[in-house]
Amino acid sequence: MTMNTNLNKTMHIKIDHVTRLEGHGSILIDVEKGRVENLKLEIVEANRFFENLVKGVPPHDVPQVVSRICGICCVGHQLAAIKAVENALNLSTSPQTRLLRVLLNESQFLQSHALHLYFLAIPDYVGVKSILPLAGSHPELIKKALKLKKLANDFTTILGGRALHPVMPTLIGWRKLPDKNKLELLLERLHESVKDIEEMVDFISQLKLPDYERETEYVSLKHPDEYALYEGEIYSSDTKKSVPESDYRQVTNEFTVAHSTSKWSRWNRESYMVGALARVNNNFSQLHPKAKEVANELDIKIPCYNPYKNNLAQMIEIVHCTHHCIEILEELLSQDLHMEDLTYQSAEGIGCSAIEVPRGILFHEYGFDNNGVCNHADAVIPTSQNINNIERDMQKFVPQMLPDMEKEALASHMEMLLRAYDPCISCSVHMLDVQFV
Amino acid sequence: MKPKIAFFDFASCEGCQLALLNCEDILLELLELVDLVEFREAISEKSARYDIAFIEGSIHREEDSKRLLDIRSRSQFLVALGACACNGNVQARSNFIAPAENYKLVYGEEARNRVQIDKNYWPLWAHTRVRSVEEIVKVDYQLRGCPMSANEFLHLVKALLSGQIPHFPENAVCVECKRHGNECVFDKGLSCLGPIAYGGCDAICVNNGHVCDACRGLLPYANVEAHNNLMLSKGISKEAIKSRYRMFCSAEKMSQT
Repeated sequence: MTMNTNLNKTMHIKIDHVTRLEGHGSILIDVEKGRVENLKLEIVEANRFFENLVKGVPPHDVPQVVSRICGICCVGHQLAAIKAVENALNLSTSPQTRLLRVLLNESQFLQSHALHLYFLAIPDYVGVKSILPLAGSHPELIKKALKLKKLANDFTTILGGRALHPVMPTLIGWRKLPDKNKLELLLERLHESVKDIEEMVDFISQLKLPDYERETEYVSLKHPDEYALYEGEIYSSDTKKSVPESDYRQVTNEFTVAHSTSKWSRWNRESYMVGALARVNNNFSQLHPKAKEVANELDIKIPCYNPYKNNLAQMIEIVHCTHHCIEILEELLSQDLHMEDLTYQSAEGIGCSAIEVPRGILFHEYGFDNNGVCNHADAVIPTSQNINNIERDMQKFVPQMLPDMEKEALASHMEMLLRAYDPCISCSVHMLDVQFV
Repeated sequence: MKPKIAFFDFASCEGCQLALLNCEDILLELLELVDLVEFREAISEKSARYDIAFIEGSIHREEDSKRLLDIRSRSQFLVALGACACNGNVQARSNFIAPAENYKLVYGEEARNRVQIDKNYWPLWAHTRVRSVEEIVKVDYQLRGCPMSANEFLHLVKALLSGQIPHFPENAVCVECKRHGNECVFDKGLSCLGPIAYGGCDAICVNNGHVCDACRGLLPYANVEAHNNLMLSKGISKEAIKSRYRMFCSAEKMSQT
């Protein structure tokens, strides 16, 4: 009888400060004679204690401070904070404000997904170290990716005044309304981008993604009338039920582990996944028809249990958001925009909010004392909800990969897995080096 | 040989690196002129010496401070990139709270206690206080702002690549704001630090309906007392003034309110 070669394999892999990742994380894997003895995803980002930083701040300044949790997710943090503070103070908003916020939020999906797919993830799948060699080998593709990214950034800038840490949106409404002429030009550019996006879909559909599956609990927002991004209830694929956003602590159940400065989460089982794949799995039927066609082209079967295919789900969402934003912009341009009265009365109270941001569900909660200043804050970030699930994927996939892969291939598959989740470690520590020891 | 440029991120939102990635129009062109040897957020390659090292983020732990000293020793020019590196930014607000209290508030009492007794925990978690880059190593140039200004970044890189000294005018945000013809924030009854804050941002916040929070820091010759009296005379409360200064801790040291 021949002995399986993986029974003899011993490898120690340590990937420190994984690159092409937002934030700092390491992967540590110990294989002794074919057995995975130790596997850890270490989060080594320095603590910034954001929950403490907003104490003593007046309500309208809270969104500006927490925007700084993360550059790539700043729109999501601002919107989550704005909604939570409004809930705490019982402030209501107009349909115009909702439309503007939906657009602003989806502009960030376009920007973040394009950045992640093209700059951070795709180099793995074509076997290069960064986008730079791609600019030589695939110049047209990279030009189109940069064009889409620029469109998305200009989109955020027109809606928010600035692509990073926008300044126009605030409690109740907009400090300054977006320029209607600029919105019209934006609409034209979105129409023009549809063809470029189709070509990007073609490219993505030819990539060979690793074929590994692990079924897990998928958690996302759910809304009765739309593909839930801006608001909704918290839905689990395990229970097939939703709970209101105010119950978010029963969902996240945060706990700490020694090897991570980010907190971990679990809900109905040992771990759950949030993000593009979770959303597409949970709310596929509500995607824009064009996005469903693309799902078909990319040959993704729903529900999909392959975490690497989160990258395909991101492509599907780029298509969804582009078409959805075109519709919303047409609706917005058919009406007159008006300045709202932004005055409000600060009061004692507590309020939370949930919003989908590119990496998954984001929860914020704030409390205000009787002087109207912030005395409580909590933020649960998509990446910190995913880390536990990523480590469990690794624990399942490493033994499957061991027989056929040498150390380097295995290490690179672990980095790719981590990147496929599009983790944002800056956010989660308010993650990633790979170590195989 | 092309100059070697490197980016290093410490505690920050990484938005300044992102601001560079957002210069889509010139990004590929710039990359032809320099060797980008470290840019963890976007590439996987690494190097022994750097012509220009950009430091993003504030410094919180001993291990971070050691890493920074090592980078300094291997760099010709070291640039503090963005408000976190220049001033500590919003995270420096945590300096007003004891580290153990910070752990308790964010991670809970049990985690706070474990951090202090379990040696497996503390090297990773040991949090001293939030420092700017300048508090640890010599800084050659500062690119201020939250986020940094892409124009200033390009100006600096072009100057250094052509052997010139980059120059950043020391004028107040107020000067740039006037140029845009904005309605004065004080006339809306809001507090503003524009008259005493470093410009260079083109008054982007006020242009878009907001106020100036001095994310770029206060000018060295700022007359803080006179500015506070001005705000008081506009009917702005002491609390609102203090809150404005504290927003980005850059201004905190100077505030006499």
